[in-house]
Amino acid sequence: MTAIREHPTYVAAPAPIEARVRAVLAGVPDPEIPVLSVLDLGIVRAVELGPDGAVRVAVSPTYSGCPATAVIRSDIVQALRQAGFEKASAYDQLAPPWSSDWISAEGHRKLREYGIAPPGVDRELACPRCGSKSTRRLSEFGSTPCKALYRCESCLEPFDRFKCH
Amino acid sequence: MSATATASAAPDAAVAAARVRYVLRLADASLVLAQRLGEWIGHAPALEEDLGLANTALDLMGQARLLLGYAGELEGQGRDEDALAFLREEHEFLNPTLVEQPNGDFAHTIVRQFLFDAWQHELYTGLTSSSDERLAAIAAKALKETRYHLSYSSGWVVRLGDGTEESHARMQGALDALWPYTSELVETDELDRKMIAAGVAPPMEPMAAAWSARIDAVLRDATLARPAAAIYRWSGKQGRHSEHLGYLLADMQHLARTYPGATW
Repeated sequence: MTAIREHPTYVAAPAPIEARVRAVLAGVPDPEIPVLSVLDLGIVRAVELGPDGAVRVAVSPTYSGCPATAVIRSDIVQALRQAGFEKASAYDQLAPPWSSDWISAEGHRKLREYGIAPPGVDRELACPRCGSKSTRRLSEFGSTPCKALYRCESCLEPFDRFKCH
Repeated sequence: MSATATASAAPDAAVAAARVRYVLRLADASLVLAQRLGEWIGHAPALEEDLGLANTALDLMGQARLLLGYAGELEGQGRDEDALAFLREEHEFLNPTLVEQPNGDFAHTIVRQFLFDAWQHELYTGLTSSSDERLAAIAAKALKETRYHLSYSSGWVVRLGDGTEESHARMQGALDALWPYTSELVETDELDRKMIAAGVAPPMEPMAAAWSARIDAVLRDATLARPAAAIYRWSGKQGRHSEHLGYLLADMQHLARTYPGATW
């Protein structure tokens, strides 16, 4: 089920609260690429404050059919509740659509270290293991909606690449 | 576009009912094609194509869920995405007839996908400027996926059309067989015209022209011949389907109807 924003009584959270919420979210991993936090992935679009100290997080789904979306929302809510934000909720924000350009520089570094080539222009694509730019695309689709499969022509290892989206 | 109805204004009942049906058309197109593509899982000619078809199906399923959920809200009768997907009868499905056509061989699947992707690309590009903000948001999100699907399917159309004698013959055969189902994609009926007038749907002529131009360009690269226009008009988007949809729905709905409310 898609969570829909219903109550207009929420406003942008004041900076100190937003900072506390973001500190919690920095520890919430993407369930399919656990090396990335939801912040690294750039899917957290807003932190809002409602009545009685309720906080609400706007989350942009990466792909329409990504099964991780519902898990991410529930992980975010659970982490915030454990951190003391008892009335925490999360909702999907479709517009503007999520872009792989929103993955942070830190996210790019973590992806490379994890063995996944980050999204970007083709001429900068390099094997995450040996750094060679001699690569070949094996498949436009991969093990999750956000990845394609490549092989390094130098070290001959296959690797995932985060798709530009 | 004469009227500027929005979700917040109070459109008259006829336009409101038409909007529900229009959103269902979009939802059912994605849902039925996702179901068809899912039949390939574990059976595609190569692992890469298995992944490609399955991932395309997953994107389409996600679009269908967003659209069905919205249609249920608009309708306001308590039907959620599951009720709309699993508990409607064949004549209540409003997908174009093209997407329910059987998978056939890989050529049929790819040609069907290409014809659909090229159409969805133009339609969703247009819908991003819809007066219906929710629909515009769903379309903008889905369009990014559609572009990728179109690149995949048109790539295969060219490779197989301009491939061996055998692959060329199979692709031309698939194109000839599926072409008659394309007319309802790019022709308007009363419901389309009502939605175009309300600014919900984009005007058809520019979309049809762009769709046609893309088809021609890809077929040229693929050395395939565009078939002549068919005389018979299919009307799946009005709920009148080919004989294939009933079997697909029986397969898709069986579990939900046998065990109502089942969860896991």
